[in-house]
Amino acid sequence: MSEHQRIDSPPATQAREAVRAGTSRRALLGAGAAGLAGVLLAPGIRLIEIAAAQGARAAGEPASSKVRWGMLIDTTRCASDCNQCVTACNTENGLSGGTSPTDSQWIRKVEIRHRDTGRTSSAPVMCQHCANPPCVDVCPTGASFKRADGIVLVDRHTCIGCRYCVMACPYKARSFVHEPLTAQKPDVPRGKGCVEGCTMCVQRVDRGLQPACADACPEQAILFGNLNDPDSAISRRIREIATTRIREDLRLDTGVRYHGI
Amino acid sequence: MPGIVPTRWLKAIAFALCAGALAPAALAADPAGRVAKPSISVDRATQCIDTPAVMRRTHMDLLKHQRDRTVRAGVRGEKVHLNACIECHAGPGAGAAAGSAVGSPQAFCEGCHRYAAVKLDCFECHQPKPGSARPAAAARAFIAGTAASQPGAAPGATQ
Repeated sequence: MSEHQRIDSPPATQAREAVRAGTSRRALLGAGAAGLAGVLLAPGIRLIEIAAAQGARAAGEPASSKVRWGMLIDTTRCASDCNQCVTACNTENGLSGGTSPTDSQWIRKVEIRHRDTGRTSSAPVMCQHCANPPCVDVCPTGASFKRADGIVLVDRHTCIGCRYCVMACPYKARSFVHEPLTAQKPDVPRGKGCVEGCTMCVQRVDRGLQPACADACPEQAILFGNLNDPDSAISRRIREIATTRIREDLRLDTGVRYHGI
Repeated sequence: MPGIVPTRWLKAIAFALCAGALAPAALAADPAGRVAKPSISVDRATQCIDTPAVMRRTHMDLLKHQRDRTVRAGVRGEKVHLNACIECHAGPGAGAAAGSAVGSPQAFCEGCHRYAAVKLDCFECHQPKPGSARPAAAARAFIAGTAASQPGAAPGATQ
């Protein structure tokens, strides 16, 4: 028996031992159930996989580079008159919802039209959570940073509000807070003089939830998951269908992908 | 040449030294002290994560290190947690300052920071009122665990 097989089959071993020891049928069934939990719930879905997809870490455990969070946005299912992802983002993160040049917008709906064919589509655009983020490159204080799990964030404790990152971002994903704020969410501190942007709802992701926009989409057009896990729903989907990234020519290796644009 | 120092200077120096030695004794004799203390009240009589003396001295360091671990490394569920502080310490006050950690001289954070003349800028970004049930529940669970492991912890020592 190879090392791999031995590691993989503790329930079977337990069951054999139970039989040898002449223990009750209940013990045997319990061992069988433990084995099943690790194997199959439905075709292709295992309990362990669900736990990993949830992403909730134990208290005190830092974000790991074994995970890379990403999103796949299916624009073929995204209606141009629907704004629910934007509303959900505003509610979750305590944004005013205003769209003036001085209002923070972490996600916006963009209508795009192909120059030659005239085909139009609608897509939500937010921070693309690049693997090589230009905002991090230009930040003079190190406030703009990429977390181990690929989420690009601003550390407001270090941000001086110079807005170099706003200039550097090709996706216009960063906003600057111009006015003093009072109605912040306890989990989402925000304040005047700092740059901010989509955090991929880091406060939800760390709790094992998906971002508010993905949760709110009535068409489930936003698929959130771990790009580093080849068996995750998002990785499987990316293997199956044609996807693209906005401004792929910049080679920023974004964590957000689009289908149908 | 000792004659160079005038006698009256020596007297003045001796007087100053005596005054310096006596002043703390005079203060100690007055139980209320000569300086007004900040008036701070805490509604909850649960034990804080450490003794008041330690918290007074080190809360800023605890919060600073925790914030870096949480923001940069993504560590959640830490013992030190600003939202958990607010959950217990957001206190009295009128109008907009009611139930807030800042905004009035009676508010827990602001009262002491005004007294010590230390600028408090946490709440330019952080919400000074409790609002999210989750961190508070975690904090209470933690505090309950701490209290259980430290049966001698004095109640009402949250100040």
